[in-house]
Amino acid sequence: MNITVLLRMVPDVVEELEIAPDGRRLDDEMLRMILSESDDHALEQALLLKECLGGSVTAIAPEASEVNDALYTAVAKGADRAMKLTGLAAGGSTTVLARAFARVLSGGAGVVPADLILTGVQAHDDLDGLLAPLVAHHLGLPHVSIVTRVQVAADRKTAIVAREYPGGVHGEFEVPLPAVLGIQAAEKPPRYVPVAKVRAAMKSARIEELDQAAWEVPPAQIEVLRMDKPEVSSHAEMIEGTPDAMALRVCEILDARGLL
Amino acid sequence: MGTAADVAGAAAPGIAIETLVRLPENKDILSCIQCGTCAATCPYGESMKYPPRRIIAMLRAGLIDQVLASDSLLLCVGCYACMAKCPRGIRLTEVLLPAVKEQVFVHLAETPAELQKALENTLRYGNPMGEPSRKRAAWVKTAGVPIRILAADPRPTDVLWIVECQNSYHPRGQDISRATARLFHALEIDFAILGNEEKCAGECARLLGEAGLFETLMDYNIALFQKYRFNRIVTSGAHAYDAFRHLYPAMGFDRPVDHTTPFLARSLDRLRPRLTRKLNYRVTYHDACCLGRHNGFYEEPRRLLGAIPGVKLVEMVHNRVNSVCCGGGGGGMWLDTYFKSRGVERLSERRVKEALATGADVLAVSCPYEVSRFEDALKVLGGDSRMVVKDVVELLDEAMETGQ
Repeated sequence: MNITVLLRMVPDVVEELEIAPDGRRLDDEMLRMILSESDDHALEQALLLKECLGGSVTAIAPEASEVNDALYTAVAKGADRAMKLTGLAAGGSTTVLARAFARVLSGGAGVVPADLILTGVQAHDDLDGLLAPLVAHHLGLPHVSIVTRVQVAADRKTAIVAREYPGGVHGEFEVPLPAVLGIQAAEKPPRYVPVAKVRAAMKSARIEELDQAAWEVPPAQIEVLRMDKPEVSSHAEMIEGTPDAMALRVCEILDARGLL
Repeated sequence: MGTAADVAGAAAPGIAIETLVRLPENKDILSCIQCGTCAATCPYGESMKYPPRRIIAMLRAGLIDQVLASDSLLLCVGCYACMAKCPRGIRLTEVLLPAVKEQVFVHLAETPAELQKALENTLRYGNPMGEPSRKRAAWVKTAGVPIRILAADPRPTDVLWIVECQNSYHPRGQDISRATARLFHALEIDFAILGNEEKCAGECARLLGEAGLFETLMDYNIALFQKYRFNRIVTSGAHAYDAFRHLYPAMGFDRPVDHTTPFLARSLDRLRPRLTRKLNYRVTYHDACCLGRHNGFYEEPRRLLGAIPGVKLVEMVHNRVNSVCCGGGGGGMWLDTYFKSRGVERLSERRVKEALATGADVLAVSCPYEVSRFEDALKVLGGDSRMVVKDVVELLDEAMETGQ
């Protein structure tokens, strides 16, 4: 069972987000990048499947700040190979990234043909969850997203996957392999890997680079015109004073709304 | 290209168990008389499958794998009680337990979620809460006295004050930081802080067995200390103090280190005339493990409290070397849910019951973990109307007319 996991680095929202002077993107200078949370779940699901079925896990991510840490961490957790797409312009859209992934996955470049391709169902910059379906489309493979469980058949030709619906409803799908899955949550929370193991991976493992510089990137179909921080529209009224005065004010507010 | 198997098979981080007993500092293990004092004095000894005595017995019998397969050592809160009482002077908390826990940690099937988040946050943001580093010095604006941050003003300073995580981010910890700043100011101490550059000292990671995280933080901090000129470090963190004094020197760190409580006690003659406001409190003092049992600062906090007009000091049943850990050390700070799932009593609650029994109205502390832990325990036990938790520096600040 060879599994490929597509990873993306996204802006870490714990850190400050600033808009670049051109007003059309986030300011790189202020950004810290972190592995997209649902991609971490996709990696965990891949590792769980490998532990149960054997085979290999290959993690592939486009070049980004701190991506090496994420890839070495993936190796320390149990991934067999770590690959990086280099030579792509930063800040590319999901459609471009999907084409780039499909390009390397469709052969050449020493990528092992995958029985399963997993990625996170969404990312901060892909809230529509387009990456998995687009990669599947380009590769001509079946696709299921919002997946929370993956069970591979004994003959390894199909898998039963569970997909989440609103209201706690689950659907089960049988999908022929190879397939592309958008993972909502792994069957177990992503594991902790001791820092010493990551340090060991940094010494012993190698990140293979897949240079995309020669590739003619398709033109973007959607353009960001403007990016703004949310505007504060109204403030809460803080009621202060003695308990009696505060109680009176609460009564006034309720009375004014016809609630008394 | 390395594979996962290569990484897993690479030399286990830190000290390998087989070589453990051969280390000179561990030769004492062979002298263990199996008296069981360690297990009896351990606050979680009765809940542990493998308390220290049994670990040593298993090591000697070549059965250490069974110890490593169990998660029972997660209950160890690194409180130094076993080490303080060992009649053979075996360095349990300092050497043996962290080495065994390191292996336990590597073998752990699943890391408790809260603990995992705290460790990941500490690696990424330099604090277990997952707060951004740019907010680390946000409290400074509300201190009411000027506080120099070295990144902005790198002139040499006498005291480099390491505020530490809890006192930088936790609202009650920030109260302690503001009080400390006012005390330093009143004593005309030339001090500065690292501000947003400061990161966790890492002591809890080491006592928990996450040696790689500890080493990463230590490397960062030692390099940072070399950037600035200062005469000594004074830290509010009891655990940070312990790491700077006992662990960092192994990596070449050789600066004088002090903790705020003993540091202020040494300046008591200059501080005393400022303590003019009478506080009519009945106070009981909780000895922090790192300050008390591991470093012998039993009298310094009591001298400071005794210097406050109107304060009457009463002792808990367990005090000084017999103090009961608040349960926050060795990663315990992020294992409350795990402890609860194991059906063991939270140590902070056990301790607060002792404090309430003294009839005191203030529980005084000197380790940043304790304020939030004991305040939570007081609420759980319904004792928060009878007793408040205050750091010793908060009480000193309150006793100064210029304080809060």
